[in-house]
Amino acid sequence: MNDILDGLWQAARLVAMLDSDLVEITALSLRVSLGATLFAALIGLPLGAWLAVNRFALRRLVIAVLNALMGLPPVAVGLIVYVLFSRSGPLGVLGLLFTPTVMVIAQVIIITPIIASIAHQAIRELWADYHDLLISLNASRGQRIRALLWDGRRALLTASLAGFGRAIGEVGAIMIVGGNIDHATRVLTTAIALETGKGEFGMALALGFVLIGLAVAVNLTVHRLSRTERGSRW
Amino acid sequence: MVGSILPAVLHGVELRRGGRRILGPVSLTLAAGGVTVVMGPNGAGKTSLLRVLHGIERITAGSVVWQGAQAQVRARQAFVFQAPIMMRRSVLDCIAYPLRLDGMRRAPARARAAEAAARVGLGGLLGQHAPFLSGGEKQKLALARALIRAPEVLFLDEPCANLDGRATRDIEAILLAARDQGTRIVMSTHDLGQARRLADDVLFVYEGRVVDAAPRAAFFAAAQSPQAQAYLKGDLLP
Repeated sequence: MNDILDGLWQAARLVAMLDSDLVEITALSLRVSLGATLFAALIGLPLGAWLAVNRFALRRLVIAVLNALMGLPPVAVGLIVYVLFSRSGPLGVLGLLFTPTVMVIAQVIIITPIIASIAHQAIRELWADYHDLLISLNASRGQRIRALLWDGRRALLTASLAGFGRAIGEVGAIMIVGGNIDHATRVLTTAIALETGKGEFGMALALGFVLIGLAVAVNLTVHRLSRTERGSRW
Repeated sequence: MVGSILPAVLHGVELRRGGRRILGPVSLTLAAGGVTVVMGPNGAGKTSLLRVLHGIERITAGSVVWQGAQAQVRARQAFVFQAPIMMRRSVLDCIAYPLRLDGMRRAPARARAAEAAARVGLGGLLGQHAPFLSGGEKQKLALARALIRAPEVLFLDEPCANLDGRATRDIEAILLAARDQGTRIVMSTHDLGQARRLADDVLFVYEGRVVDAAPRAAFFAAAQSPQAQAYLKGDLLP
């Protein structure tokens, strides 16, 4: 119990002093995970909508695979991305290993299925409602998807936040591809793993509380923004 | 105005779902002008007939032929569904949506939508979230949305089901105004009084077939088919 209180205290002190290391790794955490969420949403949301709107032979299989990929183990993803981007790997020439960029890539792979799957679920319900109208109005395929994405934006925001939640708390993949290099690729989760390994529980707990606070703050901010935008609707 | 998309000719149309025949065989010609009312008991195929005419139902056999190119034919029709479909948008944006699909910019589309809303009596509700409207208001919104492209043919599937007298009167007034502007109206209804008030001619559907087709006066005075006679007398059809 004392450890936890100490951790809280230390967290408060770090935050209050705006400890430069803390600010740096927090900023990188946000940059990597928000970046990954952005790209994953750009891929996953239209993909989810497309799957909801189109009927094709392998649709059920694709959706089943997508749902299964929600549980993709980050360590395995990290390993595969590591091999792809390592010096001798097919993408080694890009020289991206141990950079924030490759951390974003790994997280995009991990969270795109989550975002696409939740988006698909929400859009499917909306599509069942809109189907006859959009067909009757002769909306093109692109117009249908755009209408569904726009009118379903609340649910899609939730899908994206679920993706962000997974990304910001993820450690397995970014540890492997980023390498937890001080002042280069160290983020909150990898720093916590490191401090715990060193036996610095106070510091580890402090970072843990900062991480939790960060996740809550991002969610609150997004909800605040979306609510002020649309008033009391929905 | 460019060439009319009417008449529409149905030839031997059949609609089967899961081995069951829902409609057909139906052969009829929908000529220009006036209001056609489709009548018949529940499950007779009124909705299916309207949907087949509109082209949103995949038919199993037969043909539906409109005049003109496919794209033009679809663009010149509109359909009001029995349960009006409300997009999760404001009343104004719901009504403007068909114009936006046609590529009109937001400002002029909204201006036209505001006029259309005022015509159906929704002028005071432009900013409302459409799914929060009352039943009658939703139906009016659907009508305004259907009319905003100035369709040549307007289909309505029981537009006044579950509406009270006042809302029904409002809707009928809008429909008659549209008819007077030259919109061809094809609608289904259960309401004999409404059929008497609005119809120029009547199609009576029973068990998937059109068993009676006549001008209003002839239909109500002396329907040809025993099913229509029984229906008009108020008998319950088997």
